[in-house]
Amino acid sequence: MQEIIELLNYPFISRALIVGISISFCAALIGVLLVLKKYSMIGHGLGEIGFASLSLAVALGLPPLYVSIPILIIASFVIMAFSQKKGASGDVVIAIVSTGALTFGVIITALTKGFNIDVCNYMFGSILAMTNQDVIISIVLSILVVIAYVIFYNRLFLITYDEEYAKASGINVTFYQFLLALVTALVIVIGMRLMGTLLISSLIVFPAIISKRLTTSFKGLVIVSAIVSVVCFVIGIFVSFFMNLPTGASIVAVNILLLIIAIIVSKIMKR
Amino acid sequence: MNILEINSLTSSYNSNIAIEDITFKVKEKEYLCIVGENGSGKSTLVKTIVGLQNKDKGSIKINLKSEEISYLSQSSLKDLNFPATVKEVILTGTQKHKKLPFYTKEDHEEVNNICKTFGISDLLNKKIGGLSGGQKQRVMLARALCKNPKLLILDEPCSGLDINISRELYKTLSDLNKNQGITIIMVTHDLTEIKNYANRIIVLNRTIKYDGSVKDWKGI
Repeated sequence: MQEIIELLNYPFISRALIVGISISFCAALIGVLLVLKKYSMIGHGLGEIGFASLSLAVALGLPPLYVSIPILIIASFVIMAFSQKKGASGDVVIAIVSTGALTFGVIITALTKGFNIDVCNYMFGSILAMTNQDVIISIVLSILVVIAYVIFYNRLFLITYDEEYAKASGINVTFYQFLLALVTALVIVIGMRLMGTLLISSLIVFPAIISKRLTTSFKGLVIVSAIVSVVCFVIGIFVSFFMNLPTGASIVAVNILLLIIAIIVSKIMKR
Repeated sequence: MNILEINSLTSSYNSNIAIEDITFKVKEKEYLCIVGENGSGKSTLVKTIVGLQNKDKGSIKINLKSEEISYLSQSSLKDLNFPATVKEVILTGTQKHKKLPFYTKEDHEEVNNICKTFGISDLLNKKIGGLSGGQKQRVMLARALCKNPKLLILDEPCSGLDINISRELYKTLSDLNKNQGITIIMVTHDLTEIKNYANRIIVLNRTIKYDGSVKDWKGI
């Protein structure tokens, strides 16, 4: 316990914790919607596009956020637009876009003289990556996401549960879907340097999948998902520090462990 | 009074013309069934009426406020594993065209009352996915009837359900039509059963093949 308290005195740990808790909380909220709407691969696709954008930023010597934010927002809108098209298969679109982006990122990295250590950290996450600017952005983003979630909660539930009924009731479903894509892009942009571009989507998917096994109501799912996400993040970040493991991988490992426990518990509860 | 007037309506599905030159009117308090084979354009017709599908040509005039129309789609009955309680689902029926972020006390009372009417009060806190087909259908009907609609549009509400549950629904709809004056437009392929309840049928096969009373229907 003493070690943990001492650890919190390190500014980089405090920054990583604040950003991580904010982002994992937001990721859990949007993750519930993405998983239930079967859009969870969007997070994975955007993570790989994030890698390409970070590689580009490193190659150009520009601040990562300035390059990644516009690229990921545009990419999220393009993926969402294609996913909405009748006859288009959303997962195929994501597979093409994300592997294309990964290829682009690898080529840029290869062409950039001397493999930059930043790029490796971007892929698997680093506890050292967070700046004061990230702290401010993640707190503001979390507040905005929570406000939007509360205001639009009923509509988001209806769209997620029964999109046709929502449309027939006069709700502008497309607006909410693009809002969701926008928030997903922002969460990934901020979280990907901490979690790693290859693992950031796990923050979106795991908490919802774990909680879905343990709850019967949508409201319960949202609350449990947010708690699971934050708890797994905090445990994961300490595991990462004490065992000197990559941050993203440690957090995903904790999520996987909790998923296994949730599967066992739900099976016992069903008996 | 006509509450729905459709004139020369043509609509496509996946670039193929699904319905063509459809013209009919629906009077207040009618119980109209739209029947036809698979692919005859029944669902396209109701989806175009409720605005889920764009029309290519023609006009649709509904002489009601949008909150007076309720729609029960096929997809409402499909996802069996969605994590939501019955109450959460029925409450969405009070949400139509409303911009409030929270449900009001009246909304909750309305849901409790409609659940009493349909005998599903004991299901309110149950997970929607754990219900039987018949229970789920009653839940969806309860949601559609929140806010007392004047026009109820149903797209194959008995799809995948056994005959006894289907009969129960047709009877309930008939009672709602007779006792509360709710106009009903229902898509179904179950002509044998529905002739005992509906007072008018439209037989569709891209165009209207028959429009009239059930008892005068001789088949094609």
